[in-house]
Amino acid sequence: MHAAVRRLLGALGCALALGAQMSAQASAQAPRAEVIHWWTSGGESAAVREVAQAYRGAGGVWVDTAIAGGDQSRAVTVNRIIGGNPPTAAQFNTSKQFVDIIDEDLLGTVDEVARRDRWDQLLPAPIVGVIKVRGHWYAAPINIHMQTWLWYSKPAFARAGIAREPQSMDELFADLDKLKAAGIIPLAYGGQGWQDSLTFSMVLANLGGRALYLSVIRDRDQAAIRSPAFRRVLLAFKRLQSYVDPASPGRNWNDATALVIRGRAGVQIMGDWAKGEFTAAGQTPGRDYGCMTGLTPDSPYLIQGDVFVFPKTEDAATLRAQRLLAETVARSDVQLAFNRLKGSLPARLDADVSSLDPCARKGMAILRDPQRPLGVSEVYLTPDQNGALQDVLTAYWNTNMPVERAQKSIASALRY
Amino acid sequence: MPFARLRFLPRFFPRIPPRISPQMALLPMALVAIVGYLGAALWTLRISLTSSRTFPSGHFIGLAQYQRLFDNERWLLSLHNLAVYGLLFVAATLVLGCLLAVFIDQQVMGEGLLRTIFLYPYAMSFIATGVVWQWLLTPGDGIEAALRALGWNVHFDWIVSQDMAIHCVVIATVWQAAGLVMALVLAGLRGVDPEIWKAARLDGIPAWRVYLQIVLPMLWPSFATVLLLLATAVAKLFDAVVAMTQGGPGIASEVPAKFIMDHLFLRSNVGLASAGAVVLLLPVLALLAPYAYARSYAQRHREAA
Repeated sequence: MHAAVRRLLGALGCALALGAQMSAQASAQAPRAEVIHWWTSGGESAAVREVAQAYRGAGGVWVDTAIAGGDQSRAVTVNRIIGGNPPTAAQFNTSKQFVDIIDEDLLGTVDEVARRDRWDQLLPAPIVGVIKVRGHWYAAPINIHMQTWLWYSKPAFARAGIAREPQSMDELFADLDKLKAAGIIPLAYGGQGWQDSLTFSMVLANLGGRALYLSVIRDRDQAAIRSPAFRRVLLAFKRLQSYVDPASPGRNWNDATALVIRGRAGVQIMGDWAKGEFTAAGQTPGRDYGCMTGLTPDSPYLIQGDVFVFPKTEDAATLRAQRLLAETVARSDVQLAFNRLKGSLPARLDADVSSLDPCARKGMAILRDPQRPLGVSEVYLTPDQNGALQDVLTAYWNTNMPVERAQKSIASALRY
Repeated sequence: MPFARLRFLPRFFPRIPPRISPQMALLPMALVAIVGYLGAALWTLRISLTSSRTFPSGHFIGLAQYQRLFDNERWLLSLHNLAVYGLLFVAATLVLGCLLAVFIDQQVMGEGLLRTIFLYPYAMSFIATGVVWQWLLTPGDGIEAALRALGWNVHFDWIVSQDMAIHCVVIATVWQAAGLVMALVLAGLRGVDPEIWKAARLDGIPAWRVYLQIVLPMLWPSFATVLLLLATAVAKLFDAVVAMTQGGPGIASEVPAKFIMDHLFLRSNVGLASAGAVVLLLPVLALLAPYAYARSYAQRHREAA
């Protein structure tokens, strides 16, 4: 018995030693990157496998650390950085989420890759504004999401007698009235805080316009928040609430999309990830459903995306792995392969999108117009400012809060 | 109360050597309390005076975080919700727990089984039972559907209502905590001298009056413990809200603990979260101080006697 155990342990020890030796050899040869991300749903994990494959193809070893939920994933990354055991790279949204980590001098730069590929000209300005801090590049962007598309059901529009896409906020309201009269849920809606926030951003961008959007969301200008123009935006946002169905509170976005897919609801305001639901249901853009980037030809196009950041390190092997990953992520073909599965757009404006669907091509054309893209609120606001704004918006949407009070509360939410 | 005892340590130390060993045994616990609780509380207080965001920082900004906190609509609503919740929860749990204890005290059949059933909710995590409650309270499902199936045409939509959502949390948490109150009160009732009951019976006093005017007042130490437990449960209310309403609809059922957690982890503002935690600590201390004083007063009284 004892002898058997000893033999087993001996064999185990040999195997372990051998394994350690082998992995030591491997790490001496190939750059090894542990990557934390939250792409865990079906389409997302298929998309990130494309990146992993490309990284392996470039000679690297990809160690996947997928953590469900963005909040959870980012918390793990931050905790590991503080704890002195950072991953090689980690996913963040293209936002202020990692600005504190930069300020603490805990992130490495990707300046070499950025200068070589001339990211200044290659990436949309709102993205550059987030990842370039004090002249240094701190993240490698992989995709761009546009958050405020209008998705509508063609059969529902036909039944309500709507001939063309609405060209202004007033026309949108008129169409919603027609849908209501036809017995269709006018606005497919999920009453969750982030969806309230997203809908508000759409109204602010389309009704308020570029200048008001920037002075409220980027400059946090108290006078702009108290202006009559901003009050009109809040009133229009609240008016949309009269077009949702009673079961909307707490509903998930994809359940709301399903209402549009089945023709039970007319319009949904949602990010480009909703397209995946239409595709999965076998629907074709232009025939079964329509996608609109905004109400007017010059309406701001609100974007955000995902980036990889690279925690600072002195270790030469890790630096090599980080550099290889930044180069891989920046490649056009990798971004296209990733985004075809993810439903978003490549971060590189020079990517050839002719193989993507019509909605994505429409989005890319607008993205290349320097006057159209703006960041979503998270691009300009810190997480706590953005959260405070969302708290007011969701309270305003759900209660009888007078518009003056909402204005005052937003002013104090954005004062700090 | 390790602190209360430690204060007497120097006095007892030379005179009664046999008392050393219990004090030694308490030392690790006292260290944990001092470092873990007191240390963490002071650290939180310090952070709340700084401009810390994602990371703790040493940049002091005075009471600015507190000023921001009390300019925040959601925080004020959270405090209001906590007050409403606290009053209703403590009152309902006490009444229900006492009634359960008194009923069980009547030598009912299957006492052990009933006791277990009533105490069982307390042993379960609210993250699980809260989801069941959410389902039970959803309009069109659960309770409403069951009542309609029985022929009553009731409308019960508290959980999606702005004004009533927090009351749903009260209902579910009372269900959970009433069994604990029952167990503690029942233990007290069983300790009451049977002679008192005999005397009351001889005098022909009805049972409910004996309970209300003689027995329950005798149990005040049990009630002090119960109140302390319930009060801390109120201050740390978090899991029930997360499981049942996520603070909604809108922000209608937000509570301070959730505000603090959100700002610690999701909204990367450790400073503001710490300020909230300090504010939340104050009512707990306000409740704890009289209790600790009463306890030490009673102890001194006993020692003097």
